[in-house]
Amino acid sequence: MSDTHAQTVSYVRDTMLPQAEPPLRDKGAVKWMRENLFSSWLNAILTVLSLFVVYWIVSHLYPWFANSVWRAGSLTECREIRDATVGSDAPSACFAVIADRWQQLLFGFYPKEYYWRPVLALVVFLVSLWPVLFDNAPRKMLFFTLAAPFIMFALLWGGPIWGPLFVALGFVLGYFAYELVNKSAGPLAATLAAIILPLLYWFYLVGPLAGLFSSVAPIGFEYVDSKDFGGFTLSVVIGVAGIVLSLPLGILLALGRSSDLFLINKVSVGFIEIIRGVPLIVWLFTASLLLNYFLPPGTNFDLMLRVIIMVTLFSAAYIAEVVRGGLAALPKGQYEAADALGLDYWKAMRLIILPQALKISIPGIVNTFIGLFKDTTLVVFIGLLDPIGLTNAIRASTDWNGVYWELFVFIGLMFFIFCFSMGRYSLYLEKKLQREHR
Amino acid sequence: MTSLTDPHKPAFRLSQLIYDTRYRSMTIQVVAMILLLTAFGWLINNTVENLGALGKDFDFSFLGSRAGYDINQMLIEYDNSMTHGRAALVGILNTLLVAFLGCITATIIGVFVGVLRLSKNWIVSRLMAVYVEGFRNVPLLLWIILIYAVMSESMPRPNDFRGEDPSASMILGDSVAITNRGIYIPRIGFSNSLSGNEAVAPIEGATPLATGAIDWILVFGALALSVIAVRYVRKKATITQEATGVRPTTWYWQIAILVIPVLIVSLFLGLTFSSPYLKGFNFTEGTHLRNSLIALWIALSLYTGAFIAEIVRSGILSVSKGQSEAAFALGLRPSWTMNLVILPQALRVIIPPLISQFLNLTKNSSLAIAVGYMDVRATLGGITINQTGRELEGMLLLGLFYLALSLLISSLMNVYNNSKKLKER
Repeated sequence: MSDTHAQTVSYVRDTMLPQAEPPLRDKGAVKWMRENLFSSWLNAILTVLSLFVVYWIVSHLYPWFANSVWRAGSLTECREIRDATVGSDAPSACFAVIADRWQQLLFGFYPKEYYWRPVLALVVFLVSLWPVLFDNAPRKMLFFTLAAPFIMFALLWGGPIWGPLFVALGFVLGYFAYELVNKSAGPLAATLAAIILPLLYWFYLVGPLAGLFSSVAPIGFEYVDSKDFGGFTLSVVIGVAGIVLSLPLGILLALGRSSDLFLINKVSVGFIEIIRGVPLIVWLFTASLLLNYFLPPGTNFDLMLRVIIMVTLFSAAYIAEVVRGGLAALPKGQYEAADALGLDYWKAMRLIILPQALKISIPGIVNTFIGLFKDTTLVVFIGLLDPIGLTNAIRASTDWNGVYWELFVFIGLMFFIFCFSMGRYSLYLEKKLQREHR
Repeated sequence: MTSLTDPHKPAFRLSQLIYDTRYRSMTIQVVAMILLLTAFGWLINNTVENLGALGKDFDFSFLGSRAGYDINQMLIEYDNSMTHGRAALVGILNTLLVAFLGCITATIIGVFVGVLRLSKNWIVSRLMAVYVEGFRNVPLLLWIILIYAVMSESMPRPNDFRGEDPSASMILGDSVAITNRGIYIPRIGFSNSLSGNEAVAPIEGATPLATGAIDWILVFGALALSVIAVRYVRKKATITQEATGVRPTTWYWQIAILVIPVLIVSLFLGLTFSSPYLKGFNFTEGTHLRNSLIALWIALSLYTGAFIAEIVRSGILSVSKGQSEAAFALGLRPSWTMNLVILPQALRVIIPPLISQFLNLTKNSSLAIAVGYMDVRATLGGITINQTGRELEGMLLLGLFYLALSLLISSLMNVYNNSKKLKER
């Protein structure tokens, strides 16, 4: 059989061929392009269109950036330098305005010699965030986190350190009141004591005590008025204060909205819907125009504080809705299991429900924070000098009259960095907390 | 062991109000109620005292008095001799106009970008990602101001359109002029207008965007009737399909029903397009879309579009791959798979967040203040308050308007959402 076969076939290959290179169209860049850019007619058209868009944008923006002027005292000087180097009709960015005014954009009218204070406050804030955001920090750091708001207040506004110190002591007082009364009279009385005692202390004792100590030992930084705050310092202060204060309030509102208690439920629903139904700008005008009507005659407090209160209430309503979504997404069995273990409401919430519900709502909460931070730009309309307000102030000077794009690019870039990194952190957290569906 | 007597019924003790869960909720609510009423009473008392100290009262009659200010863009007739109430209405219509336009374009942009971001085409998906992240992470206010600055600083002046060799030219067959004062588009008019408003000349400095409300109502009424008729035709086609298994071809009927009545009504009313042309230092005739409207519209659309794109993307991703595989296994065409299998399921995920984006866009339209667009915040909440000194009443009305609008949109959309919701058990 094999013999005959060998005679009929003239040649049989008896060695393996060496592996050939894949054809040119199936390897390397060509293959990648065929698969990713030109896989079909539609895709080819889309690719060409996108390339055209990219080319158009780059060809318009590149010369503008490439010819930019970084050292000049005014816009006219910028133009002169441009005329001398690249010709008068070439597009050219005048980033000299950033070089000249970056301090103002970052700090507003904060006194120049104290610029280190906001910077130090930012460092304190970042350090205090470490144990909250990442779990590789020592647990003891949490005490620093608790003290951080008061340190930051003392740094930013200055004045005698006794004010923030004695206010902070109120929380310590509340804690000890709870511990002491809890042993003798049970948790309910302890909770009441932990709320009422510090309130009494804040209302009646802090003022005189702080005044007394300030007159005896005036330690502290130079006082800086709220109206000197501006630029990104202002945005970050309002944003951070709003974020820190609105999270607990939002969680409480969400619990209220999903509560069985009729009155509490309806009040929470009403509050959330009213706040969410009206634009922030209307609330800010309310804060600046109307808040004095609702407070006892003669009260007048800082516009910045009013704005922080309004921004906090506003984003608390949004966070409440996000957290409510998380609460609703939990299976009913979790609630029933908590009840079956005999946990009371607060324990069940604290130990079982909220950790899971908050985990689900992290993306939404971070999105709300990003929104809040971007919304801090709206304070320009009630007369606070946020970065966008400062662009007007900078343009109002004769040196920089007519500068638009460079300032907008700088501010946009700063906001982008802040918001984008918040978004990335939320993605990281989501991945880290993912326990199922690996 | 067995005892036939009733269990001992303890008398009600006062401490049960706190420790017995049956009564505790009542206690908590009563306490909350008392606290709440006290707080409200305190606020109202303060307000009354403050108003008294300023010699003001709480009175809405200012809405009926003469406004005395001009509004540069209006959808209904208005001049400064009309009332504050009318001015507020003009502002409300302007808010609704930009919100409506914005919602439509934002949805279109969002759907396109959301789908393209899922494309296998590397460069397209990257480009869309850059767009989405860029717009989501930079404040809307900055975009509005930026686009307004582009419009008013980088666009040609009307003067550039003049002369033998103009440096700028009109587009779309000499009918649209993009200038640094705004965009001039052809004005749609009716020569046989029923309301007889055709003779009204454009007021200097003001922009009547539309004249002849009755004519427009007739045109849109015809369109609405056509839409109903088209739905009827489709329903009949479905009935035929269910009876015989063959769907009759009706698309030309549908197009005819949609187009012909509107065309007849328009021709009857004498539809005219008057293109803008240069006269003096500026364009006349045509409709003038101010920079403020254009900047606000574009910025709102692009900004909200980026959010909608993410919603659309996650909606499509939420439909599991098995669904499309099953549809292909059944032999459905790709277009049918999309329409009958993927989209209905994706829409269920997309609609609720889409609604809240529409609401956000409507509320964000109050950023009109940045570019001087005369929306309700600028008329009722701005000039009217400044002129009459009625902050409390003005802000209250303004808040109520936005609240009512939000509740209306969200309840309408909830009805729609409920009709599309997964019916469980």
